[in-house]
Amino acid sequence: MKQFGGPVLFLDRRDINTDEIIPAKYLTEVDKAALGPHVLEDLKLEGFEPGGSALRSARVIVTRENFGCGSSREHAPWALEVNDITVVIAESFARIFRQNMFNCGMLAIELPKRDIDTAFALARSGPVECAVDLDRKTLLFTAGGCGPANVAFVLGQFEEALVRAGGWVEFADSRYASG
Amino acid sequence: MGKTITEKIFDAHVKDTPFEGVVVLSLDVVFCHEITTPIAIADLVWREKDRVFDASRIKAVIDHVTPSKDTKSATQAKIMRDWARRHGIRDFFDVGSNGVCHALFPEKGFVRPGYTVIMGDSHTCTYGAFGAFAAGVGTTDLEVGILKGVCAFRRPATMRLDIEGHMPKGVYAKDIILEIIRRLTVSGATNKVMEFRGNVVESMSMDERMTLANMAVEAGATSGLCMPDTVTVDYLWTHIKGEFGDKKKAAETYARWRSDDDAQYESTLAVDVSHLEPLVTVGYKPDQVKKVSEVGDVRIDQVYIGSCTNGRLSDLRVAAAIARGHKLADGVRGIVCPATTDVYRQAMKEGLLEVFMDAGYCVTNPTCGACLGMSNGVLAEKEVCASTTNRNFNGRMGKGGMVHLMSPASAAASGITGRIADPREFL
Repeated sequence: MKQFGGPVLFLDRRDINTDEIIPAKYLTEVDKAALGPHVLEDLKLEGFEPGGSALRSARVIVTRENFGCGSSREHAPWALEVNDITVVIAESFARIFRQNMFNCGMLAIELPKRDIDTAFALARSGPVECAVDLDRKTLLFTAGGCGPANVAFVLGQFEEALVRAGGWVEFADSRYASG
Repeated sequence: MGKTITEKIFDAHVKDTPFEGVVVLSLDVVFCHEITTPIAIADLVWREKDRVFDASRIKAVIDHVTPSKDTKSATQAKIMRDWARRHGIRDFFDVGSNGVCHALFPEKGFVRPGYTVIMGDSHTCTYGAFGAFAAGVGTTDLEVGILKGVCAFRRPATMRLDIEGHMPKGVYAKDIILEIIRRLTVSGATNKVMEFRGNVVESMSMDERMTLANMAVEAGATSGLCMPDTVTVDYLWTHIKGEFGDKKKAAETYARWRSDDDAQYESTLAVDVSHLEPLVTVGYKPDQVKKVSEVGDVRIDQVYIGSCTNGRLSDLRVAAAIARGHKLADGVRGIVCPATTDVYRQAMKEGLLEVFMDAGYCVTNPTCGACLGMSNGVLAEKEVCASTTNRNFNGRMGKGGMVHLMSPASAAASGITGRIADPREFL
């Protein structure tokens, strides 16, 4: 199972698409590591610096609605993964991106808007860390002297099984005879 | 209680229900292209599981960057080629016979009513036009599909779209789907299936139905389905003749996949097309849609006619009818990309390519190329393209470029004036 938790990168915009997460011109790469430097390269967002220190240190992304819409490219979760970002927390996800995250054994956690707002509010007092407790299904957000904010999340049985198995290939391989 | 087409297809394909709410479907076909498949192949090789569940149910094409533009794209193509050969995948389409997947595979008769289809491409929803459950997936789902012939889904709710009325002059399937996306927004159909119903859909050709279904994902939908009928049978006839003998029997057989009259829907949306006008996107999201007549003076640098949305023969006919006898405006580049080798050949026979070339267009080989800024028509910073494609995301056709999505008629009209233009002035 992957490691989850650490410094949070906040992306305060809805409908961030997978072209913004990794532009199509890098889709000729057949090595996931080569995607690393280009993650979020085309994201236009006030206060966000592509390739900047906030991105480089991040292990968790907190964002708004419909994250990962558009192209089905799994290069988007891979580009996050090779940057050690294994958790995305959002108000909602596009279907394919969400499934791709779990298929890779990563976490795509949906929270109600008020909990996302709480996390964003915490960010005003300094850099935020997020700890993930997969057994208790809780997130612990802390920021300098403020917080902590403890937030419960829901994870489907299937999604949890994928995360614990390390992904869909591992899960399917142990369950279905090869055709 | 009656069932929707999607419920019927799910029920007929259940392989496993590992957890509540999760259905693992057996797949009728798995489609592959050279952008999302090579990493699945490499992973299977690394796991020492380089096998396929059924070579006759896997169809593969090199379409995104073809002919290869550099060493990296050539490597992707070679991985596909070698893989298809070593597994005996006979339906493999390379330079000379290839085309944009979502135009090519239907043309070859690979999609049938009632099928389950996955591909590592979000516009896989296009095949819903045939009354199939077809969903775009990532590389890991594709990898398991290739190896086991299965894919997991949560049962999607169905949103029924009743598209009624009389199609006005200058308005096409593309305008209808842009109107639907405008009303639903880019997440309005997330985790849902769209069912395209109504008299307008019934009288549409398969090309038009594919244009509708193609952009279902731009509203977040898992798939967008039309009811199989005599139009579906006519389109598929050369491929299903042996199986059915006569068309009536085929239509009756496929009717089992139509939604029941008393099926339950999560929601319905009525779309009256009678007063619809030509539409165009004006931002970086496909739901930012305006009437062409209301966008004002928007200068363009390039016209692009092609893609899995609007690169089929009927699209080229519509665009050529408007371009005929005109020249591209000064300073405007025109690119026509017939979506498949057969579309190219037929457009040539009908003289359409000559019309475009006389107008000053460049006619390229079939490829996805420019639509996602990979090749054959990438924009420079601050350049503007009138495009028949499906995505206007920031950077989509090249960093800093702006893409305005519209119908082939509107794109051809825009090429003549050098500005976003209303096609009705040229009809």
